[in-house]
Amino acid sequence: MLEIRWHGRGGQGAVTSVELLAMAAIDEGKFAQGFPSFGPERRGAPVEAFNRVDTKQIKIRSRIYNPDVSVVLDESQIGPAVVAGLKPSGTLIVNTAKKAGEVRDLLKKKNADYAGKIATVDATAIAWHELGVPITNTTMLGALLKVTNVVKLDALKEPVEHRFGRIAQKNLKALRRAYDEVQVR
Amino acid sequence: MTKPVGMEVAVAAAEAVALCNIDVAACYPITPNTHIAEHLADIIADGRIDAEYITVESEHSALSAVMGASGTGARTFTATSSQGLMYMHEILPITPAMRLPVVMGLGNRAVSGPINIWNDHSDIIMQRDSGWLSIFADNGQEAVDMFIQAFKIAEHPDVLLPINVNMDGFQLTHVVEPIVFPTQAQVNKFLPPYKPFASLHPDHPLSMGTLGLPEIYTEAVKARDVATVNAKKVIVQIWQEWEKQFGRKYEPVMTYKTAGAEILILTMGSMGETAEVAVDALRKKGVKVGLLKLKLWRPFPFDEIRKAVRGAKTLVVTDRALSYGGPGGPVCSEIRAALYDQPNRPEIVNYIIGLGGRDVRVEDFMKMIEGAPKAKKSGDAYQIYGVRE
Amino acid sequence: MKKWPETWKEYNTGGIVFEPGNARSFKTGPWRSLRPVWDNSKCIKCGVCYIFCPEGCVQEGPDGFFAADLDYCKGCGICAHECWPSAISMIEEGQES
Repeated sequence: MLEIRWHGRGGQGAVTSVELLAMAAIDEGKFAQGFPSFGPERRGAPVEAFNRVDTKQIKIRSRIYNPDVSVVLDESQIGPAVVAGLKPSGTLIVNTAKKAGEVRDLLKKKNADYAGKIATVDATAIAWHELGVPITNTTMLGALLKVTNVVKLDALKEPVEHRFGRIAQKNLKALRRAYDEVQVR
Repeated sequence: MTKPVGMEVAVAAAEAVALCNIDVAACYPITPNTHIAEHLADIIADGRIDAEYITVESEHSALSAVMGASGTGARTFTATSSQGLMYMHEILPITPAMRLPVVMGLGNRAVSGPINIWNDHSDIIMQRDSGWLSIFADNGQEAVDMFIQAFKIAEHPDVLLPINVNMDGFQLTHVVEPIVFPTQAQVNKFLPPYKPFASLHPDHPLSMGTLGLPEIYTEAVKARDVATVNAKKVIVQIWQEWEKQFGRKYEPVMTYKTAGAEILILTMGSMGETAEVAVDALRKKGVKVGLLKLKLWRPFPFDEIRKAVRGAKTLVVTDRALSYGGPGGPVCSEIRAALYDQPNRPEIVNYIIGLGGRDVRVEDFMKMIEGAPKAKKSGDAYQIYGVRE
Repeated sequence: MKKWPETWKEYNTGGIVFEPGNARSFKTGPWRSLRPVWDNSKCIKCGVCYIFCPEGCVQEGPDGFFAADLDYCKGCGICAHECWPSAISMIEEGQES
């Protein structure tokens, strides 16, 4: 089972991301969950959202404490929370213009030691360019797919089109760019 | 049968209700049931089903409106949570008294205060004695199945009582997960059109909601209680029909790995599957533990509980609500009552857990099961699990 | 008509009353200690008594004057109280009008 924890802020669309990913995985015949941290999701407040994907029925309904992947939609959130419980074999995926090494140093500075893999992509720049808004949720899905292969890139086409209608193609383009541009260290 | 689709459970619940050929719905949206109310309103406004959606200013009016509609012979639906259910309180006991088969979706949520929008069972428990039938879903698939079953149960000529389908708020309502929908033709085959035994119509006038003087009130209560108790037989029969047509099994008390179990743990609602994972892990370690999942809350399945606990030495009962200053968890009270006069009853440990959205993990079930002997020795009627002392 | 069902089994499902207008067989006239008597020489046929009667037992006759159906009139006196030409008086039962 692959467990993914998303870190964003209210309004950045973390919940939409987990829903789209769950729908895509289920459409591929897998079992999946996508759920928010059930908070009062106020704009700007830090929020978490969760995905589980497996080939068998998923029974656990608690939050995710030891994720395989932690996705950070917003650089300002880099700190102990985003690596808390993250498996050493896992990956931290960050939306940032910084290099992986710089992210690792920043974590250290904030007393968050993390020795696992770090993947970086400047999703904000991609989102500004492709969507005209700094909303990085669909863009970061592209990075996640590249790192995990959890679903095929094409599997997101239908859920994204259904959710975004006329702006779906722009979102899909941003998603594909992040898929191509993400760097894993 | 269609292939599984990824859908939020609250949205799936509205889709299930839409498959049931309802005539009238009235809901006042409240977290975490909001998406049921919103999505059903969408379905009706888009003309996908031929039904009326009455927009009301409160839950009190929502239930009143669907009761009026039900009195005319309409198939009706409402949905709410927590404070919304509290606001319906005045009307709630009248629905079963008038024998109106209204179906309600409940996204279970803690009752204030302190103000809390997250899951526990205090809302339905506070309305326990309103006389509605009550069933609990463990997952999204069960919620979808139960809404379709609910109309058939409520409208059965031997039942004619309202029913609420309980889904844990957020823990179920807000999760995107795989759902298999039956086709419209399959639902039509399972669920016949509603044939009311009496309905309001100018051509054949009758009076509903009548007065019961002291000379008749006791008999009215008895008649209603008998109908409620007898509903269990119909519920079991309809669940068997469901299994035959759709292959998914429902029983008042579901069992998981109970063969040869010395310790049993009992859950109601979405904690059940998390508990299964704990039971799997403990069985691997050689602990003789099994799980009971309570699906039918009202009428309470006394006989099924007695049968299910037979042979067990310890029964750990989890409750997502508390009766302040009372005997502890409401589920456990019922179970103690069921077992009091039994010759070989297990020792009972009652944990109150998962209050107001507190996460319940696999580890928590392991701790509750392994800690049961110590908890038993304490002599307390109940323990609030995980409370910071 | 039986006043109460013998047992709970005879209680109609949902307490529904299937016989329309069966309140008619429940005569409340014997509750009365005073009865309304109309002085048609003062009556202006305004119908205020008809409107206010809580029992609905005041009816207009073919001549346009009003009278109470004494099978149901409880003798509450509202008609007499409301009648502004004072055409209605309440007379003790058993006394001649």
